[in-house]
Amino acid sequence: MARVLKGRAVVPGTAKGRALVSWQPLSLWGGLDPVTGKIIDQRHDRAGAVVTGRVLVLPQGKGSSTASAVLVESVRAGTAPVAIINCRLDPILALGAIVAQELYGVTVPVIVLGAEDAEAIGDGDHLRIEPDGTVHIKSS
Amino acid sequence: MPLKLSEHDQAMLDGREGRAAQFAMRIMVRMAEVYGARELLDVSQAHIDSVSILSDSMLEFAEALAGWGAQVRVPTTLNMVPLDTQGWQELGVRPDVAHKALRQIRAYAKMGCIPTCTCAPYEGYLTPRFGQHIAWAESNAIVYANSVLGARTNRYGDYLDICAAITGRVPRQGLHLTENRRGQLLFKLVGVPPALLREDVFYPVLGHLVGRTAQDQIPVIEGLPTTTTREQLKALGAAAASAGAVALFHAVGVTPEARTLAEAFHGAVPQRVVEIRPGELRAAWAELSTAQEGQRLDAVVLGCPHFSFLEFRALARVIRAQQGQRVYPGMRFLILTHQAAYALLQRTDLLEELTAFGAEVVLDTCVFSSPLLAAGVKVVMTNSGKQAYYAPGGLGVSVAFGSLADCVRSAVRGVICQEEWPWPGC
Repeated sequence: MARVLKGRAVVPGTAKGRALVSWQPLSLWGGLDPVTGKIIDQRHDRAGAVVTGRVLVLPQGKGSSTASAVLVESVRAGTAPVAIINCRLDPILALGAIVAQELYGVTVPVIVLGAEDAEAIGDGDHLRIEPDGTVHIKSS
Repeated sequence: MPLKLSEHDQAMLDGREGRAAQFAMRIMVRMAEVYGARELLDVSQAHIDSVSILSDSMLEFAEALAGWGAQVRVPTTLNMVPLDTQGWQELGVRPDVAHKALRQIRAYAKMGCIPTCTCAPYEGYLTPRFGQHIAWAESNAIVYANSVLGARTNRYGDYLDICAAITGRVPRQGLHLTENRRGQLLFKLVGVPPALLREDVFYPVLGHLVGRTAQDQIPVIEGLPTTTTREQLKALGAAAASAGAVALFHAVGVTPEARTLAEAFHGAVPQRVVEIRPGELRAAWAELSTAQEGQRLDAVVLGCPHFSFLEFRALARVIRAQQGQRVYPGMRFLILTHQAAYALLQRTDLLEELTAFGAEVVLDTCVFSSPLLAAGVKVVMTNSGKQAYYAPGGLGVSVAFGSLADCVRSAVRGVICQEEWPWPGC
């Protein structure tokens, strides 16, 4: 089944990848290891999952303001997600994506979707993101 | 509405103030667009977290800015750094790593930052004033500045903090604006005995519970005594900013923008009222530990956020009650602090007492960004809600949360001794 959603392209760009869906907020600092791309917050519902190459679908980020640096370092290390979809604007994640683009020329699009729209995305779905914030979903 | 820039903003954006100011203003303008802000506003102080972690990208960023001649426009302090700048040789830091970390600190100092090297920048050096617009990073410092001091800052992440310091400007939005500082959720303490409100250990537990429930909304807490100390508010805020994204809380009758309940909510009705009873506190307290009572303990770590002078004094009192017993052989007892508290400590007998007990005082840094704990350390105890929250993921250890007295008693016995529930009668 294919669906098309329209979100706000907070950091515009194109991306393709399979969804890694979590319904808990995540602080990348203490939550993501930029060397391995693995979620290391043991209290998180996706602990152990690897974000590399995936579209990370998170309700929002949280906690430490170091999250932006962890995202930039994961871009530099090549372990970053290909895009991030949030249900609520998280400026710290957006900042990480903007700095990664300014410093390294790599775009990790950040899209904000309404919570109901985001619920249409299943873990493992194939997603395609367009610069205007359109998200194409193909269920796995 | 498009973003309206001042002449000076535009000059920076066009590169007329040099390459560093241009880069910083580009980031600031893009972030203003993310926030939907219509203009920028002046800040008069900044606190930089970008210096706290060492990665190749962070060092490249700092040296690029310094190399372009970046200079901060406002008084700017530095967050804790990845090593004890004096004692790193004895603390497990590899010389190549230390060399990079020191290069990073020097790059920020070259830009005009004050090398305070602390996550508690509100303790004695450039403490912000009520109503002052500042650009602070470091989640515990942000929540403290907004809530306890009544200064105004958003959660400025790494990079944006130094861009704000270089431009002196931030997007006019969020917690800089009075209307966005209104309380949203009301937390009412119900059936919590007054004796419990005097215990330091209550505050990180409350902060954990409030943060987890409020997430990024503004909580208002009703029922705290007017005698709540700044150390208790520091612990509450640090825990709330870890378990949730809390950047501002109000405590009725305690914090400056909440002299009354009505003032905390700007005369409006709370979106939701949450009752906190002893049962919920007990559950939050248990949630902060992943290690078990009676398990062998490898290290106690205190000072997250950095210990204040008064926290050292409270610790010394607890140690004295152990009547000369020392830290269990082979165990570590670390206290993290900043140079300002350490300087005061050196004027007293406290440092000798702590050393005699077997404690190590570490400056400038943090267990999460410096390899202070050896690889063999598997079980850690702390009195910090923030540290208990992050330690399992950030350090790969099991953690026990307890009061200061629990931590000291456990250190002496070498095993976790938590009072099963520290507050009888609840």
